[in-house]
Amino acid sequence: MIGDDQDLLWVIAEQAGGEILPVCLELIGHARKLAIDLGARVEVILLGSKIDHLAGRLISAGADLVYLGNAPDFEPYQPEIFTESITSLAMRNRPQVILIGSTFMGRELAPLLAAKLGTGLTAHCTNLVWGENRLLEQQIPAYGGIMTIVCPEKRPQIATVARGVFPIPDLEEERTGEIVPVEIPQGLETRVKTLKIVHSEPEGVPLETAPLVVAGGAGAGSFEGWQEIQELADTLKAAFGSTRPAVDEGWTDLETMIGQSGKMVNPEVYIGIGLSGEQQHMVGISGAKTMIAINNDPKAPVFDQVDYGIIADCRVFVPALVRKLKELRESSGSAAHDV
Amino acid sequence: MLRIVVCVKAVPEPKAAEDIKIDPVTKSLARMEVPLVINPLDRNALEAALLIKEHDEAHITVISMGPPPAGDIVKECLALGADHGILLSDPAFAGADAFATAYTLAIAIKKIGQQDLVLCGRASSDGATEWVGPELAVFLDLPVVTMVREFAETENATWQVKADIEHGYRIVQVQLPAVFTVTQDLNVPRTLSFSGIIKSRKKEITTWSLEDLAIPANSVGLEGSPTIVSKLEYVESKRECQIIDGTLEEKVEQLISKLIEAGAI
Repeated sequence: MIGDDQDLLWVIAEQAGGEILPVCLELIGHARKLAIDLGARVEVILLGSKIDHLAGRLISAGADLVYLGNAPDFEPYQPEIFTESITSLAMRNRPQVILIGSTFMGRELAPLLAAKLGTGLTAHCTNLVWGENRLLEQQIPAYGGIMTIVCPEKRPQIATVARGVFPIPDLEEERTGEIVPVEIPQGLETRVKTLKIVHSEPEGVPLETAPLVVAGGAGAGSFEGWQEIQELADTLKAAFGSTRPAVDEGWTDLETMIGQSGKMVNPEVYIGIGLSGEQQHMVGISGAKTMIAINNDPKAPVFDQVDYGIIADCRVFVPALVRKLKELRESSGSAAHDV
Repeated sequence: MLRIVVCVKAVPEPKAAEDIKIDPVTKSLARMEVPLVINPLDRNALEAALLIKEHDEAHITVISMGPPPAGDIVKECLALGADHGILLSDPAFAGADAFATAYTLAIAIKKIGQQDLVLCGRASSDGATEWVGPELAVFLDLPVVTMVREFAETENATWQVKADIEHGYRIVQVQLPAVFTVTQDLNVPRTLSFSGIIKSRKKEITTWSLEDLAIPANSVGLEGSPTIVSKLEYVESKRECQIIDGTLEEKVEQLISKLIEAGAI
């Protein structure tokens, strides 16, 4: 209820291989800030197997209470068991807000919860602030600006947020909190079952933590052009990112996509090549310190959003840049060898 | 026989849609005519249904909610090989968020009758929420698998599918009837053929209004949507761009010195 002293802000946490995903810590940190403004409590739900040791970490990050489901049936993620467990907890406790990471699991679980609870859901928010009447203003980039979405009547207000939108909070080891066990739902007829999860080793430098990011767009023109941008990233030891049009071309997969519905990155330096500056992409790298764009169209909107611009055909410019970088490396490499 | 429903959405042509922007002066959306196309990932959903039909007996219904011009994309799906088209069109449906959209589609799918498979694209190119497929599954009381990239085994009514996760995949066993949302990796959608267009002339499109669905007006459209847009604000760019000029060689050298300055090399 709005105005209740004990407003609850929930975060659905996620773990993999006994580690809490960073986005969950970020959401707990932000929920803590929102809770202070409202005098609310932050509660976190974590389901999995052999995860007893993780509850303390969630409390250190800002949780007042952790609902911990620790049983073999909670591992791996099973959509029906997870949906039923969280839905029944939410119906009993009536949280005002539920925040979920925009992970593959979160993207499936969030709409299942929202539909079951008969409430609204906002995708891939880039900010969450309190508005009038203690409504959660859920901001998303749209049409070159910011669109604010609210869920005026239904509760809870549910939002998904990507990793990197909010900072990881400082962990306070001395924080204390309650831990409440979650039981496996009884008598649930399951029709879908995750048989196995196969993790592949991520290729190249990980985007989320890279100090230097090179991203390519549809302006690469062809797969050959795309490979040249990839080679530039390799030469610079940079993480390699992409835009939705490049993914749509089939040159790369969704894992490399930077943007609101992809990855949010905060590098020291970003180089965008052959991309127009579409907002969905640019919002994903707005936290970069120095931004550079290379595009052959002087009117491309990307040039309004970066620090340095080079007007050039990337299919000519990129190979020339790679050649020069290799020359430099060879000369400095031999110099280093002499020392 | 496998009864398949494919949900399709008419979206503004993605390239042209990039140009719809907030006017910095009037602070309102600059309205413009953008042609409607089939949401790209919904083409993969339709293609999946068409491939099933090539091997097994199947009946494919395409369903879309939208204004009357969305009927053109339903027609296009019929020309691509779907058997029947349904357009949900009523002024009362306008302004629906993902929840109200999924609810309306679910009511309509129930009205068609028992189905074995409901296929949706993973996300739309305009809304991009990815919510409609899973929410539809809840309203139909069916299991859902999102981000399906491969049908591994489709014998009997228990299917094994391969679906995307971060850095890898999952193998999911699912009991039909079920809802799948599909990725572009599932297949390569076919293009229109002349014979398809000719054959589709005999196929019909059924249009259903709010009255046909027999549900209250406050459960659909803007009224039936839990979420609303409360504000749309223009944001000024915080960066000022310095153009690096010169010959190709000079540009390359200047860029490298900027990278050294920034500590990137």
